[in-house]
Amino acid sequence: MKKPPIHIVKREDIGIGKALLVRLLAILLGLIVCALLIFALTGLNPIGVYASLISGAVGTMRRTWMTIRDALILLLIAVGLTPAFRMRFWNIGAEGQVLTGAVAAAAIMIYFNQLPPPVLLPLMLLASLIAGMAWGLIPALCKVQFGTNETLLTLMLNYIAMQIVNVCIVFWENPKGSNTVGIINSDTKAGWLPPLFGLNYGWNVVIALLITAGMYFYLKYTKQGYEIAVVGESENTARYAGISVKRVVLRTMAVSGAICGIAGFLIVSGASQTISVSTGGGRGFTAIIVSFLAQFNAFAMIPVSVFLVFMQKGAIQIASQFSLNDSISDVITGILLFFLIGCEFFIRYKISFAGKSAKQS
Amino acid sequence: MLKATGSDSSGNESAAIELRNITKRFGSVLANDRVSLSAQKGEILSILGENGSGKTTLMNMISGIYFPDEGQIFVEGREVRITSPKDAFALGIGMVHQHFKLVEVLSAAENIILGLPGKLRLSLEQIEKEVAELAESYGFVLDPKQKIYEMSVSQRQTVEIVKVLYRGAKILILDEPTAVLTPQEADTLFTILRKMREDGKSILIITHKLNEVLALSDRVSVLRKGAYVGTVKTKEATARSLTEMMVGEKVRLDIVRPAPKEPKKRLVVSELSCVDKEGLNVLTNVSFAAYGGEILGIAGIAGSGQKELLEAIAGLQAITSGSIDYFPPNRGNEETDKANLAKSIPTDKTETTGKTNEKGLDLVGLKPEEIKSLGIRLSFVPEDRLGMGLVPDMDLTDNMLLRSLHDEKGFLVDRKKPKKLALSTIDRLSVSVPGVSTPVRRLSGGNVQKILVGREIAGDPKVLMVAYPVRGLDIRSAHTIYDLLNKQKEKGVALLCVGEDLDVLLALCDKIMVLSDGKMSEILDAKQTDKEAIGLLMMGDGVA
Repeated sequence: MKKPPIHIVKREDIGIGKALLVRLLAILLGLIVCALLIFALTGLNPIGVYASLISGAVGTMRRTWMTIRDALILLLIAVGLTPAFRMRFWNIGAEGQVLTGAVAAAAIMIYFNQLPPPVLLPLMLLASLIAGMAWGLIPALCKVQFGTNETLLTLMLNYIAMQIVNVCIVFWENPKGSNTVGIINSDTKAGWLPPLFGLNYGWNVVIALLITAGMYFYLKYTKQGYEIAVVGESENTARYAGISVKRVVLRTMAVSGAICGIAGFLIVSGASQTISVSTGGGRGFTAIIVSFLAQFNAFAMIPVSVFLVFMQKGAIQIASQFSLNDSISDVITGILLFFLIGCEFFIRYKISFAGKSAKQS
Repeated sequence: MLKATGSDSSGNESAAIELRNITKRFGSVLANDRVSLSAQKGEILSILGENGSGKTTLMNMISGIYFPDEGQIFVEGREVRITSPKDAFALGIGMVHQHFKLVEVLSAAENIILGLPGKLRLSLEQIEKEVAELAESYGFVLDPKQKIYEMSVSQRQTVEIVKVLYRGAKILILDEPTAVLTPQEADTLFTILRKMREDGKSILIITHKLNEVLALSDRVSVLRKGAYVGTVKTKEATARSLTEMMVGEKVRLDIVRPAPKEPKKRLVVSELSCVDKEGLNVLTNVSFAAYGGEILGIAGIAGSGQKELLEAIAGLQAITSGSIDYFPPNRGNEETDKANLAKSIPTDKTETTGKTNEKGLDLVGLKPEEIKSLGIRLSFVPEDRLGMGLVPDMDLTDNMLLRSLHDEKGFLVDRKKPKKLALSTIDRLSVSVPGVSTPVRRLSGGNVQKILVGREIAGDPKVLMVAYPVRGLDIRSAHTIYDLLNKQKEKGVALLCVGEDLDVLLALCDKIMVLSDGKMSEILDAKQTDKEAIGLLMMGDGVA
C-alpha cells in the first residue's frame, strides 16, 4: 500500500535507561552543532571554548562554590514557583517576591544589628518569609475576589517591588551619596549567615535542599498537595469534590511567595550581603524555565538549575578569555535546550519513513 | 479473506467504497485488525459494535483523520490514498461527526460554504438559494439564513448533513446521529436517509442502538474488539443475533424493574429556579419529590436544564429561588432519626403522604462540602465526567481519593483505602485497565464511566444522582450499571437518573419527569406512558 512519506506513531513506554540514552545523545548532538557554529562564527577552536567554559564554572574551588551557591538560589526560587504552577496559577512575580523578601531581610539586618545572631538570623528569615508571602497573596486575593488575571498582576508587582527597593536605598545608602547600600554590617558581619561544617555556604545548601525535599513531599504526599493538583486540573472538579478553590489558591500562593521570600533572605544574608534593584538578577524569570523543564518535579530541578548556572558562569570566562561577549554562552545554552526539549518528542513518538517499511505490507 | 490477500490493485467495481484488510495500531493496541467491508451505491450500511470496538477509528480512516497502517481502500473500484479530510472530500466522502463542527455566529449557508474554494466575489444569495433547493430536494426543513446559535440540536445536525451533501458527497458517514434527537426527530431523519438511499448515495451509520439498525439499514457490519466479525443482511438479523455477534456470547437484553418497597420521602424540590451566567432562565419553577427506593427518570433534549437541576441539588449551581428539602431533617442517619423522632419531629409518619409544606433540611445555598459535613450522603455522577467527576491526569487511586478526601483526618493523604476501592471497582465492574496507577485519561469512555459510577456508589449514598449513566457503555457494561442502580434502589436509595435513551428510561425508572427548556412536565408513571408521549413533552407540548 502507498504510504505518506512520514508516519508518526505513539510509542509504548520507553525504558528509563533508553530515555536517558536518548537525552545524552541529544546533548552530544547539541554540543557538536554548537562546536560547528562557534567555529563558523568566530574561527576559534571549539574545544578550547568548551574547556574555558568548564573552567569558568568549576575551574577552581571558589568558582565551584559560586556556581553551587547561585544554583541553589535559582533552585529555591523554582521550587517556590512550582506549587503555583501545579495549580495553573501563572506566577511570574517571583522576582518581586524575592526582592520584597530581600528588602525585609536587609531592613532587619540594618535596624536590629545589635541583636545576637541566634535571634537576628531567624528574625530575618521570618521577616523575608512574611514579606514574600504578602507579595504573593496580593495577586491571589485579587484573583479570588475580583477574578483578575494573575499573570498581569504578578508581573506588575515586580516593578512595584523594585521601586520599594529604590526608596529604601535612599534611607540606607552607604556611603552617603553613593546611591548604593554597600556591604551591610561589613565590620560586625551581623546578619551574615555563618559557615556551617566549615563550609561557607553550608547553610544555603541545607536550607535550599531541605525546602526542595519538603516541596517534593508536600506536593506528592499531603492532602494540600493533592488539592493543588485537583484545582490545577479543573476548578469544576474541585468544587464537585468539595474543595474550596478560594482557600487553596490563597494558601498555595502564600506558600509560593514565602519560599521566594526565603530565597531573598538567602541572597542578602547568605550571598551578597547587600541589596539593590538587581538583587533578583532576573532569576525570578529564569526559575520559571527551571520549573517547567523539570516538569514540576522538585528533585529534577536540581540538575536543571545547576546546568543553567553552570552555563552562565562559564560564559563570563569565555567572554574575558576570548574577548567575546557572554552572549556566546546564551547561544550554546539555547542550542542545548533545543536539543534536550526536542528529544522528548522522540522519546514519546516513533517515526517511520515510507521507504523503510514499504516491504512489510 | 483467503482470496483477498495480497495487494490486488483493483477493487470490486460495484461497491461505492470497499475496505480491505484495514489495520490500525496505537502503540501496542490493535484498534482495527484486518477489517474488510464494503458499501454499495444506494445502500445503508450500519457499523455496529460495542464501545472500543474500533468503529470510530475505522470511520476516521475513511474520512482522512487517521491513516491506516496496513490495508487498502477502494472508491468505486479504484484504490485510493486518503491522507487528509480534503482527500476524502475530493473522493466524495463526507462525515457528520457526533459533535458538530459549526461556527455559532454564522448562518447555515455560511457554515456550509466555509472552507470551500470560491470565486473572488462571494454571492451569498446564490448560495442560499442552492442550499435551500438542495435541502428541499431531500425533505430537510432548513432556513439557510438562520444563525446556528438560534438552532436546535436537530436543526444543527441538518446543517451538518446538508453541508456534506453540498460538497457533493456520495458516501456519507454518520457517527451516532440519533444520540441527540427526540424519537420524532429521529424518524424524520430516517425518512430523509431513505430518500438519499433512493438517490444512490451510500450511507454508513455508526451506532449501538439495535432498533435503529433493524429499522433503517440494508446490511450490518459488526466489529468486536477491533476485529471484523462479519456482515449480515438486516432482514435476516434480529436484535438478539446482532447482540451475540457484537458481544461474542449470549447476553440478557431486558432490564428488570423491581417494585419499589415502601418508598420514603427523601428529597423535596419546590419551585426551584436558576439562571445561567448570562442571566437566562435555565430552570423555572421545578417541583418534585424523590423517594427512597424509587428511580425518578429525567428526560429531555440535551441542554433542557438537566445538568443545572442536578448541580443545584449537589450545591454546585446558584439558585435564584425555591427550596430543596432533605428528609428526614435531622441529618441522614437513620438510627438517630428513630431515636429523635419520638421527642422532636412528628413529621416522619406523614412522610409518605407527599405533603410538601413540612420542612426538611434546606440544602439551598450549601456548598458540597457543607452538605457532606451535615452527614447527608449525596452521590453524583455528573454529565461532564472528565471535566467534573474525574481528574484525567490523575491515576485511578487518586481519582477515588477525590470523594473521600474530607473523610481523612490529618495532613497527609492515605492512599491505601482509595487504592483498595480502585481495585475492588476494577474487579466488580470488570474495568479493563493495566493497573491502579494508570491515568484516567488513558481509559476508554466506558471504563471511565465505570470508575466514576463505582466510586459514587461506594459512598453508600442516600441520594444518588446519575447523568447519562450508560452513555458510551457497551451492552454488558450497561446492564452491569442497571443492576447496580437497581441494587441501590432496593437498599432504599433515592435515585435521580437523567437519560437520553427513552427505551432504557421507560424500562428502568419508576417515574419519569420531562424537562423542556428548563420547565417541567407533570411526573409520569413509567409503566403507563410511552416513547411518543415523552417525545412530545420533550419538544415542549404540554409542559407547564
